[in-house]
Amino acid sequence: MHHAPASITDVSMQWPTVGEVWRTVTLQAGFNAAVVVAGTALLGFAAGVVGTFALLRKRALMGDALAHATLPGVALAFIVAAALGAGGKSLAVLLPGAALTGVAGVICVQLIVRHTRLTEDAAIGAVLSVFFGAGVVLLSWIQTMPTGGQAGLATFIYGQTAAMTVRDAVLMGAVAVIAAAAATLLFKEFALVAFDDAFARVQGWPVSAVDLAMMSLVVLVTVIGLQAVGLILVVAMLIIPAAAARFWTERLWRMTLIAGIIGALSGHLGASASALLPRLPVGSVIVLVSGAVFVVSMFAAPARGVVAGAARAARLRAKIARDHMLLEVGRLSSAGPGAVRINQIARARGWGALTAWLTARSLVRRGLARVRDGEVTLTGAGRAATDRLARTRALWEAYLTRYADVAPSHVDYSADLVEHILSPEIVAELESTLPGRDAPPEGAAA
Amino acid sequence: MSEGLYTFVSLDLPALLALVFASVACGLMGNFLVLRRLSLMGDAIAHAVLPGIVLAFLVMMALGRPDQARHPLVMTLGAAASGVVTVLLVETIRRLGRVETGAAMGVAFSIMFALGVLMLEQAAAHQTDLDAECVLYGQLETIFWFPPRQTADLLTFGALSQAPRQVWTLALAAGGVILLVTLFYKELRIAAFDPALATTLGFSARLLHYAQMTVVAVAAVAAFEAVGSILVIALIICPAACARLLTDRLLSQLLVSVAVAVGASVAGYTLGAHAPLWLGAEHSLNAAGSVAVTLGAALTLAIIAAPRHGVVARRLRLFRLAVEVAREDALGLLHRAEEQGLGGLPRVALLATLDAGLAGRLGLRGAVRRGLVSIRNGECRLTDAGRDAARSLVRRHRLWETYLVEHGARPDHVHGPAERLEHARGAGDRAIEPTIDADHDPHGRPIPR
Repeated sequence: MHHAPASITDVSMQWPTVGEVWRTVTLQAGFNAAVVVAGTALLGFAAGVVGTFALLRKRALMGDALAHATLPGVALAFIVAAALGAGGKSLAVLLPGAALTGVAGVICVQLIVRHTRLTEDAAIGAVLSVFFGAGVVLLSWIQTMPTGGQAGLATFIYGQTAAMTVRDAVLMGAVAVIAAAAATLLFKEFALVAFDDAFARVQGWPVSAVDLAMMSLVVLVTVIGLQAVGLILVVAMLIIPAAAARFWTERLWRMTLIAGIIGALSGHLGASASALLPRLPVGSVIVLVSGAVFVVSMFAAPARGVVAGAARAARLRAKIARDHMLLEVGRLSSAGPGAVRINQIARARGWGALTAWLTARSLVRRGLARVRDGEVTLTGAGRAATDRLARTRALWEAYLTRYADVAPSHVDYSADLVEHILSPEIVAELESTLPGRDAPPEGAAA
Repeated sequence: MSEGLYTFVSLDLPALLALVFASVACGLMGNFLVLRRLSLMGDAIAHAVLPGIVLAFLVMMALGRPDQARHPLVMTLGAAASGVVTVLLVETIRRLGRVETGAAMGVAFSIMFALGVLMLEQAAAHQTDLDAECVLYGQLETIFWFPPRQTADLLTFGALSQAPRQVWTLALAAGGVILLVTLFYKELRIAAFDPALATTLGFSARLLHYAQMTVVAVAAVAAFEAVGSILVIALIICPAACARLLTDRLLSQLLVSVAVAVGASVAGYTLGAHAPLWLGAEHSLNAAGSVAVTLGAALTLAIIAAPRHGVVARRLRLFRLAVEVAREDALGLLHRAEEQGLGGLPRVALLATLDAGLAGRLGLRGAVRRGLVSIRNGECRLTDAGRDAARSLVRRHRLWETYLVEHGARPDHVHGPAERLEHARGAGDRAIEPTIDADHDPHGRPIPR
């Protein structure tokens, strides 16, 4: 980056003390730092809220094209302002320029998708690289201008809060609050369009106007985020908190709130870290904090997390294994003595010894069977459960052959798969639809 | 050799060669990404090779081998590794987390890039020219070659081994990509259009996917140092997108994309590095950015003017169709007028009923030129030839109406569809013709023979 360390041999960092860290995080380390940290946190909140809708509308990467396309606008605004003799580096000049070409980039993507055979991904990639290339060319021109280099502009690429003035930070915070408020006011419209735009259109909602409003908020958040986070990583503030929040809940308003909180937290910690260690690039720290939250959410979230999902799948597998073992014991013991050897069941079902043993233990815990000397005996409750299962299975087989046109030779396998997911109500309903109860194929099942 | 030529060979030639090789390597691989709707994977990989490069650099520094830290092999390994990690990350997030592909890419590449930038700050402390800006812009302007003064000595081993490292790396990458695409052309083609078929044919589409992404990562890193990550993205996506608009066959698409990439590179470099000086400016502009803009211009041109798939060609095709439809509609209207005992229709009334603007007027003029309609004193009449043509059109219309009503449509709903179907000659009306033996359509009008 252009801000060189104090000395090039200075490899070590000045680590802050615990007290400094605490003061910065709690906004007590001077007015300037506090305003920048608070402003970045508000930006993170707004980006999380707006990003939620962009993500659900599958427009997440449109933000990437938009962000890269702001560079030529920043450069052009600087050139125009310099030519008019005004100071080029004021945000009031640069940000409208950024918004202008950013929107132009988005419009280009939409025109390409609508009027050519190219797909959206190619359109986004082409627009972002070409617009950014144009920005780079303009920056190299600015560098040769007598009015003094591009130093202030390069921060827009990687972002830097160290260079932010209090006025910049207040502007950022205020616009972020406005964006978050607008998203809250339009919550119902955004939700409708994000989940079912065809339905919204049929109901007479102005879908393109709602889309326009959503895109405008994305533009707003992107543009005010440029200085702090940088245009390459600002899209991450839109995507990552929203994607992380998705793991925690199935309700939109909760997801929006959680995304906002994750965004605010990342912004807060990122800006604090950068205030303490000025060499740390803010954008990267923010992205890495939210990335860490994303990873934790992906695995640990109770609603849609990987661990919770795996546990649900394991519980279902265990239940299915129990059902199979009951049926197997029922079948094997109907011919001979009541006790059936566990490894005989394992052989019949193709299970490993451990699976068979665990399933038997699980039956014992539920009071459905007794295990002695490697042999399983059903209890009264176990026999009742087995009868119930066998009946469900027979019903299914009859239903599949009669109503679903499944070939009799395939019924056994299908019934095996579906019998475990039946609720008692469906069983009752099936029974009532099959008054005569034809004898199922392959004799009495199980 | 002359002073001017020497300057060209030492300053411009290395940059141009680097660009051309980068164009071949990235441009070729881009085709498969664009076809598989994975263009943004190129974007993601181009961003995500950064941490790999920096990590390789830092590892070599930590091992006390600073002289090897920028070795192309080390950097390539690092970048290929992080490219593969990115692809795995995207797949993991997409599958395990059930996040849609676009968002998964966004999450993966921004985390990787953020990591890269953060580590770059560490590397910057080691006093290196690896910095955050050259990552984006590349350093085409700083690739030099100091060849011998004698033209005859240029191609000797000694002179060539003095050629810049970036050029050699890129030449190797380009050669490797050409070789791989030639060897695995069939596999790549099937996987691009039908990955399921590829898997059933016995070679794993998923394995091929990872192999392809690794090659993209290697091509990206080879080009990355010389031309910067933004131009890498542009070189991956834009030429392939151009070629997609210009051709319909994979082989010609590959060739066209390489031609576009090389052409735009040379033109863009010239525009950026020399054109400003010719115009009297004192400094040249950033060459990588200028090539990206030229690629954008080429894509814009293709979008507008491509012969089959361009916007203009599409519009023209639709307009020609509209003229043809208007011509037939004019005949139909005149025929119906004759059925009602009118000899003809005033031209103004006919055009107003057609309601097709310029297409309507051109359609009527076409009918006159073909000798199907005659106009006298502003009154349009069918000629004998026109009457025959009109009869077969009206016949098709009424056959379709009858057919639709026989198959359950309400009589007052069939005029619209029949109005469109009557213009489509071919299998459809030949198929329904023998099934209908009615003499009159659902509205009681005779079906002409």
